[in-house]
Amino acid sequence: MIPLSHYLILGAIIFSLGVFGALTRRNAIAILMSIELMLNAVNLNFIAFARYLPQTLLQGQVFAIFVITVAAAEAAVGLAIVLGLYRNFKTVNVDEINLMKW
Amino acid sequence: MLKLIWLVPVLPMVGVVINGIFGRWIRDRAHLLGVGTTGLSLLIALGIFFQTLGGETLDWDVYSWVAVGNFHATVGFQVDALSAVMMLVVTFVGFLIHVYSVGYMHGDPGYARFFTYMNLFMTSMLVLVLANNYLLMFLGWEGVGLCSYLLIGFWYRKQSASDAGKKAFVVNRIGDAGFLLGLFLIWRTFGSLNYAEIFPMVPDIQQVLTRPSVLGLSLVTWITILLFIGATGKSAQLPLYVWLPDAMEGPTPVSALIHAATMVTAGVYMVARSNALFSAAPFSMEVVAWVGGLTAVFAASIALVQNDIKRVVAYSTISQLGYMFLGCGVGAYASAIFHLGTHAFFKALLFLGAGSVIHALGGEQDIRKMGQLKQKLPITSRTFYWASLANAGIIPLAGFWSKDEILAAAYAGHHSFLWALGSAGAFMTAFYMFRLYYTVFEGKDNVDHHAAHHVHESPPAMAYPLMALGIGTLLVGVLFGFPPDHGLYHRFVEPVFAAEGMEAHAIGLETTLGLAAVATAVAALGIWGLARSWYKTGDSPAPARAAERFRGLYALILNKYRVDELYIAVFVDFGKWLCRLSWTVDDKGVDGTVNGTSRLTVVLSQVSALFDFRGVDGLVNAIADVIQGGSQAFKRIQTGVIQNYLLAMAMGIFVIVSLYFFF
Repeated sequence: MIPLSHYLILGAIIFSLGVFGALTRRNAIAILMSIELMLNAVNLNFIAFARYLPQTLLQGQVFAIFVITVAAAEAAVGLAIVLGLYRNFKTVNVDEINLMKW
Repeated sequence: MLKLIWLVPVLPMVGVVINGIFGRWIRDRAHLLGVGTTGLSLLIALGIFFQTLGGETLDWDVYSWVAVGNFHATVGFQVDALSAVMMLVVTFVGFLIHVYSVGYMHGDPGYARFFTYMNLFMTSMLVLVLANNYLLMFLGWEGVGLCSYLLIGFWYRKQSASDAGKKAFVVNRIGDAGFLLGLFLIWRTFGSLNYAEIFPMVPDIQQVLTRPSVLGLSLVTWITILLFIGATGKSAQLPLYVWLPDAMEGPTPVSALIHAATMVTAGVYMVARSNALFSAAPFSMEVVAWVGGLTAVFAASIALVQNDIKRVVAYSTISQLGYMFLGCGVGAYASAIFHLGTHAFFKALLFLGAGSVIHALGGEQDIRKMGQLKQKLPITSRTFYWASLANAGIIPLAGFWSKDEILAAAYAGHHSFLWALGSAGAFMTAFYMFRLYYTVFEGKDNVDHHAAHHVHESPPAMAYPLMALGIGTLLVGVLFGFPPDHGLYHRFVEPVFAAEGMEAHAIGLETTLGLAAVATAVAALGIWGLARSWYKTGDSPAPARAAERFRGLYALILNKYRVDELYIAVFVDFGKWLCRLSWTVDDKGVDGTVNGTSRLTVVLSQVSALFDFRGVDGLVNAIADVIQGGSQAFKRIQTGVIQNYLLAMAMGIFVIVSLYFFF
């Protein structure tokens, strides 16, 4: 059986990729996708812990489903915002959309 | 019938009200009411007078005027021989002068106003003489003073007239203050102002009255001195006589009525009315007698050299008033009032005659520009002649009887010096009257060419009063005054003046006759001995030579002893100095304090403002500046680039997690 640490390391790698993508990508859609990566890395952790820890009553799995649900909603709202941004600025590059400053 | 007395003063008041309110529409018909009401007053007064001749008297409180605490004053009338005589003189002479005014004031723009004032004067004067208490008398006293002021300044556009009115008012005010203080003292002493209550009380509280008080003078002396100060103001005695000569600025009927016949005699009436008080104060009697005697000579001497026809008569009035006070002072009240009555006739006549001359000459008052008017003004000159004789005291005219009685009383009262003074005054009187008469009506014709054409005898309205007064002047003395001290008049007024005054008359018939002879001789000497030879022809060099020899004295008298200048220097300039002093105190002291306070406030405000700006606002601004500065510094992190925030968040989490791990 594959030990828990492998899952955790994989989750950490995926999360780090997500953080890196969110911090470095200029495209708003890519950032959303990176956030999705981070969420899924978390989901992976939930599932792994639910499998390996004793006396759990499906809490990990339920939480993962919750996260997926919220992620779907978030993606919908996020893509709608991106569409709105595009209509206003004709671009989806976040470094060009910097009105909200001093 | 006697109760009709209230109508006597009230009737002229009707004229005042109607002429006063509707005068501007009534205009040149104002005399109908003015003369009419006065005439009705005269008729009623005559009726009452004849009733009082039968010995009837009246003391009637019409209504309660003031009732405050224990102070009561009523409007009440007293009719006795004294007030009846006064009332008759006032209404009779007043009526004639009203008639005269119709002619004299004809065409004056202030015609209705003139009659309003004249009627108001009649009312006030009648209230004065008919009152049964001092307060009501004081009301009338002030009323006549007011009318005097109004009528002297009647031609108020003329500066000198309005000045003279003011002068009269102010000088009278000094006397009135004395009168008022006297009233206060009477009320304090007697607890009443009613004649009927005061006079009978005098013997009862003799001890209180005669006990020495302030300055060693007794209470009754103080009362009478204060009353007499009032009398000197109103009756133009030394030292308050200065207003009367200037009062000649008023229309001539005013001079005749107010400043010769009636108002100025109010002081004499008041002293005579208060005879019970004065007789209890020998010292005051001395003062009255001396003031009267000195005034008589003093004013007569000024009249010797004056060149204004009205001023000569005015000084003569002052002088004659002096005789009246001399009479009062030696206890001959009845004689003083008698002189008052006869004087009212001949002095009013003199003034009206003077007015007639002035009228004829178109306003000229300087006797050096008159002369030879006898033929042109027959009525005026004749009546003026009679009045001059009466004033000089020639038997049997009005002035002789009364003046002689006064001088006899002075002699009998062991005031020989005052008698001599009075006789000297009589000589001067005779001289100046006939200097005036000869210069104006005879002598040389110095009338201006312009005035000379329309010299004319006065209209009937003026001539008839002259004749009426002239006949009065001829007859009134012998009718009422003969034989001396026991005539009709004396028997009539005797009850009013208690026994005090009479005892002095215990001199023999020979002495009386001798004194009368001396007086007549003195007067005759003045007229025919001196005035006639100096002025009859008008070209005698004697007057000029006399003036040249006594140059200094002449100048002094011509300038009225420089009393006006003295008063101006002492009182007026002092007053001005005082005003300037208080102004300086006000300007520098009071205003200075106020301004200093304001300046101090400004400085304090500036300090306060400084604190506010630098301190309070500074603190607030400093906080704001700090915040602004901080914001300026920190706003850089608000880049607007979403990934910067994300990075910050990530690093924050990293730091927190790191801390969690390591500690």
